[in-house]
Amino acid sequence: MIGFIVPLAYLIATGLYIFSLHWMNDPKTARHSVFAGVSAMLLAVAATWIEPNVVHHLWIILGIVAAIAVGVPLARVPLTAVPQRTALSHAFGGAAAGLVGAAYYYLWWSKTPEHLTTFRTTALIAENILGFLTLSGSLMAAGKLQELKWIPQRPLTYRGQNVINIGLLVAAALIGIWVILHPTTLLAAKLFPVVIGLALLFGVLLIVPIGGADMPTVIAILNSYAGLSAAALGFVVDNKLLVTAGALDGSSGFILAIIMCRAMNRSFANVMFGAFGQVQQAKQLEPGKVYKPETIEGAAQVLEQANLVIIIPGYGMAVAQAQHKVRDLYDQLKKRGITVKFAIHPVAGRMPGHMNVLLAEADIPYTDLVESSEINPDMPQCDVALVVGANDVVNPAARHDRTSPIYGMPIVEADKAKTIYAIKRSTRPGFAGIDNELYFSDRTWMLFGDAKAIIGDLVKQLSDSGGIH
Amino acid sequence: MRRRATSLSLALLGWTFLWAALAWAQGTGEASGGTPPSDYWSMVFVFVLATFIGLGVIRRVSRLLHTPLMSLTNAISAIAVIESISITGSDYPTVIRLLGVVAVFASMANIVSGFLITDRMVRMFKTRDRQ
Repeated sequence: MIGFIVPLAYLIATGLYIFSLHWMNDPKTARHSVFAGVSAMLLAVAATWIEPNVVHHLWIILGIVAAIAVGVPLARVPLTAVPQRTALSHAFGGAAAGLVGAAYYYLWWSKTPEHLTTFRTTALIAENILGFLTLSGSLMAAGKLQELKWIPQRPLTYRGQNVINIGLLVAAALIGIWVILHPTTLLAAKLFPVVIGLALLFGVLLIVPIGGADMPTVIAILNSYAGLSAAALGFVVDNKLLVTAGALDGSSGFILAIIMCRAMNRSFANVMFGAFGQVQQAKQLEPGKVYKPETIEGAAQVLEQANLVIIIPGYGMAVAQAQHKVRDLYDQLKKRGITVKFAIHPVAGRMPGHMNVLLAEADIPYTDLVESSEINPDMPQCDVALVVGANDVVNPAARHDRTSPIYGMPIVEADKAKTIYAIKRSTRPGFAGIDNELYFSDRTWMLFGDAKAIIGDLVKQLSDSGGIH
Repeated sequence: MRRRATSLSLALLGWTFLWAALAWAQGTGEASGGTPPSDYWSMVFVFVLATFIGLGVIRRVSRLLHTPLMSLTNAISAIAVIESISITGSDYPTVIRLLGVVAVFASMANIVSGFLITDRMVRMFKTRDRQ
């Protein structure tokens, strides 16, 4: 009977996973997703646990208890820390798949070498390389996002970097092929950890040249790798549930990475091996170009007169934790009957969808969060475009300046608005090391300072002057 | 629309049962315990088809929800937990089971935190002002 229940449970779990992903197509049904996912997972775990070969229970329970102790606090991090939490969980996913693969290899090597068929060993090697490079790469990415002191934040490049990286991967693959051809020899058992070590090293070196603006793409790619390693583990142990769940995760990360690349008009290879932001030299500020500062009072007056205000948030809003103040500003403007929309660029922030989650946390209705390509046609009618901590995604140089490193990138066309206010911490150029000509436009005024403080002042000014309600 | 979705799910469920029964009928002939010989091609077919389903489904995911999508798929890909449980619970050498228990911890941590934070995030998406 148990031979019937277990595969059936796995099948139902597979179906539930697909529904879980399907329900993410609309925020209204998104909570069903979590329900379906949790049920599928419970079903799969229960079905595995009742299998007759599972005879020791204590260690499993200990592992689960420890996981709950770590997992619950990890789920309560502030939303600005979600990118590093996600990177960390990719590391966990890669580690789990890799460790199980290694355990099976040594189990079969010592007990039942006939299990080490060419197909299985190939899947094992592929799975270990993917799993362990995801582990070390994601840890590096999480460290960079958390801004740990001992991890270089700026992209680090050196001569021959790509040759070394690809050479490492080729070396790991060659040793892996030798293991695949002679899986049951003593030397193979010794070379297996070497493959793992090379994969770990490759993962670290892969992330070293990656800068903050590329993090959304890289996190998506690591997501894809974690899924693919789970799928490969499914090949190793003949488990179709692992294959399907892994394939779903792999394709999800893949699609997200493609969306991110398209949003930056760059290729996969360019993101992984291009070392954006380091190669291009910062262009010097042309003489005669000066910032035009604006006072809070002046900005508040113009905002009050507007019909349509479009707010363009960027990573600076997340850093300043300004999303709740932005909500207050949104309230103040709405009270005056002004239409307020948010223009969300796909790569704004440090991971896909980062800005949406932050603004949703601040209770801003998601119907007012509009993707940049959809809101751009409304920009000429926009009275005030308020740029909050965004920089490269509003740089009009992307449209016409062929020498600009961001040339061709689809942007939020803030420069077409009637008036532009840009909140900026300092006069320093943005991530790409290039000046933003938007700031020198005739219609742009700058509000220098911390985004949270400035928006707070704007709100105060508006609530004092308004007197409505 | 809703009725169509319900009948569709029922049809899928029936289909699932049919194949499960067939597989069971074939599988009972094989000796239990150990790993049965694998059918590589069917694994590959499953992988390819699942990838296509994944691509089709994920393409329709709302762009608003890309961050929760990532934490959800993270939790889902922690399905490696079932193999970790299998290793840790079996009568295998201690070293193997130790690797297993670390994997149980890593994947279970992903499952717990992944689903919890996904739920926390999707609850934040509201249409109207705070109630």
